[in-house]
Amino acid sequence: MINLVYNEQLKIFRKKRLFVIMLIIAILVPIITYAQYKQDKTAEEKLGTKDWRVQLQQSIVDTQNRLSSSQLPEDFAQYLKIELTQEQYYLNHNINPNSPGAPTFMRIFAENAIDLLLPLLVMVVAADLVSSEASGGTIKLLLTRPVKRWKILLSKYIALLFAISLIILCVAILSYAISGIVFGYKGWNMPMLTGFITKGEDLITTHVHLISQWKYILMEFGLVWFVCVVVGTLTFMLSVLIRSTAAVMGIMLAALIAGAILVNMVSSWQSAKYLFMVNLQLTDYVNGTKPPIEGMTLGFSITVLLVWMIASLIVAFTVFNRRDVY
Amino acid sequence: MKEVPALEVKDLRKTIRKREIIKGLSFTLYRGEVFGFLGPNGAGKTTTIRMLVGLIKPTSGTILISGKNVQTQFKEAMEKLGCIVENPELYPYLSGWENLEYFARMDPSITQDRLGEVAKMVGLTDRIHDRVGTYSLGMRQRLGIAQALLGNPHLLILDEPTNGLDPAGIREMREFIRFLAKNEGLSVLVSSHLLSEIQLLCDRVAIILDGKIIRTDTVESLLAEQERVIWKVEPIQAAKKLLQEETDVKEGEDQTLITPYIEEQIADWNKKLVNAGIKVKEMEAKLPALEDLFLELTGGTHRD
Repeated sequence: MINLVYNEQLKIFRKKRLFVIMLIIAILVPIITYAQYKQDKTAEEKLGTKDWRVQLQQSIVDTQNRLSSSQLPEDFAQYLKIELTQEQYYLNHNINPNSPGAPTFMRIFAENAIDLLLPLLVMVVAADLVSSEASGGTIKLLLTRPVKRWKILLSKYIALLFAISLIILCVAILSYAISGIVFGYKGWNMPMLTGFITKGEDLITTHVHLISQWKYILMEFGLVWFVCVVVGTLTFMLSVLIRSTAAVMGIMLAALIAGAILVNMVSSWQSAKYLFMVNLQLTDYVNGTKPPIEGMTLGFSITVLLVWMIASLIVAFTVFNRRDVY
Repeated sequence: MKEVPALEVKDLRKTIRKREIIKGLSFTLYRGEVFGFLGPNGAGKTTTIRMLVGLIKPTSGTILISGKNVQTQFKEAMEKLGCIVENPELYPYLSGWENLEYFARMDPSITQDRLGEVAKMVGLTDRIHDRVGTYSLGMRQRLGIAQALLGNPHLLILDEPTNGLDPAGIREMREFIRFLAKNEGLSVLVSSHLLSEIQLLCDRVAIILDGKIIRTDTVESLLAEQERVIWKVEPIQAAKKLLQEETDVKEGEDQTLITPYIEEQIADWNKKLVNAGIKVKEMEAKLPALEDLFLELTGGTHRD
C-alpha cells in the first residue's frame, strides 16, 4: 500500500500541477497583502489617527448610517445588525479584531479563501487523478497488475489527502511569511472572540469567550482543510465517473461558483441548505457572521458536508470496482 | 501429472446492453506456444482480450491463467500475466526507467535486478533514462513489452503488437516474440487483423467472427488444405475442358486456371495437357496466404 501511495504521489509531483498551485498562491498572497496594506493606510489617512478604537468607532457609525437608510434589503440589514453588535462587543471588551500582523492576515486570508479560492486549487489537483489515467490509456496498465482495484483507488485517495494537506500547509506558511514582511510577524497571542450565535437578527453573546489568535487560526485552518477534503472528494468522484478532465473541472467549477452566488440569495429557500456548496463558509460560524440560511449551524454544515463526502466515496469506489474498462 | 495450460478459456460470454458480443468462446494455450487471435475489426477480439486481462467482467464463463481464475483469484492470476492492451500507453512525463520502477513497485515479487534485465532484453538500455514522451512508437512498444515481462509471467497477451511499426520494427518484434516463446517458455497470445503477421508468427490460430470462434487449428494444417496450382496455358478454354474431367477448375486472373494441388496427380494432368497439344507455359503451386482462407471462412465480411 505504501508503494502504491508513493506511486500516486510521484505522478502528482511529476505532473507539476502542484507547483503551479504553489506559484499561484505565492503570487496571490503578495497582491492581497498589498491591498490590505493600502486599505489600512487609507483608513488611517481618512481618520487621521492610528488608534484602532477610533477606526472601529467610525466603522460602527458607518454601519449605523447604512442601517438607517430605508432601501436596504431585509436580509442585508440583518447581516449589518449582527456585524454592528459584534463590532460593539469588540469595542466594549477593548479588543482590536483587525490588529495588524501576519497571523491576522493569515486568518483573514483563510476566511476569504475557504469557499472558492482554495476549493478551486484543490479541484485542479483532484480533477485528473483518475480521469487522466482513463483518457491517457494508462488505466489499462494500472488495472492489470496483481493489485485489487479498490486498493488502487484508495492509494489515489490517500495521495490526494496528502496533496490537499500540503496545499493548506503552503497557504499557511506563504501567507504568514509574505505578509509578515509588511505587517510584522507578531500577534499569535492576541485575544480573539469566538462563540457568537446568530438567531434571526440577534447576535447571542452569552457563549462568547476569548481565545488566543493562534488557537483561533488553528481552528480555522482545520475547517479550511475539512472543506478542501470535501471538495477534493467530490471532484475525485467525478474524476472516476468522467473520462475527460476538462469536463470534471467544468462541473466542479460551475458548482463552486453557483455556491458562491447562491449564498447571497438563498435566505428564503430553506431546502438549499442541503446543497454542499452553500455550506462551505465554515469559518463564518467561528467569527459569528450570519449564515446564508437561518438555522444553519457549524454542526449542521459539517454533517451536510460529511454526508456528501461519504456518498461520493461510496459512488467512486463502487463504480471503479465494477466498471468495464474499454 | 498433466501440465497446467497457460490459459484456459471456457464458454466465455459477454452481453452489453442486451446484445451478445461474445458468444461462448473456448480455447486453450499451452506452454511455449504462440497463439494467434485473428478476426476482422468488430469481431470481438479486443473485448475478449480485455476480459482475459480482467479489464472487463465476463457475463459468464471462466478464464484460468496458469490455473488461476481471473475473477475469483485476480491477484494470483495477474501475477502470471503480462500484457499490452492496444497501444502501450505509459506515463510520458516519466522516464522509461521510472515507468519500470513504477510498475515494479506494484508487484513485490519484482527485484531491482529484473528492471535492468528486461530493459536489456528489449534493447532499450541506451535511452532508458530519457522521458517516454520523447520515445518513438517502436521504442514505446518495446518498453511496453519490457513492462509486461517484469513480473516473469507465464502468459503474455499482446493486442496488435505490430500496430504502427515500420517493416524493420515488425520483423524485430516478430523475432523477439518467437524468442520469448522458445527460450523463455512463455505462452504468447497475439491478436491481429494482419493475416500475414499471424501466419509468420503463430503456431496455432483461432479465427473469430461475430463473437464466435469459427476455426482453431495449427497454421500449417489450415494452409495445407488450401494449396493450389495456378496454370498458365494456351489455349485456355481447351485446357479448362480437359482439366474439368479430372478435378475442379476455376478461372483466375490474367488468363490462368486454378486447380487444387494434389501431389500424386499433378504430373499426369500436365502430361494430358501436353499430349492434347496445349502449351503449358507456367505451373505454379501456391501456398495460399492465410488471407485467402480468412476471406473464405469469414465470407469477406468486414465490419466496424
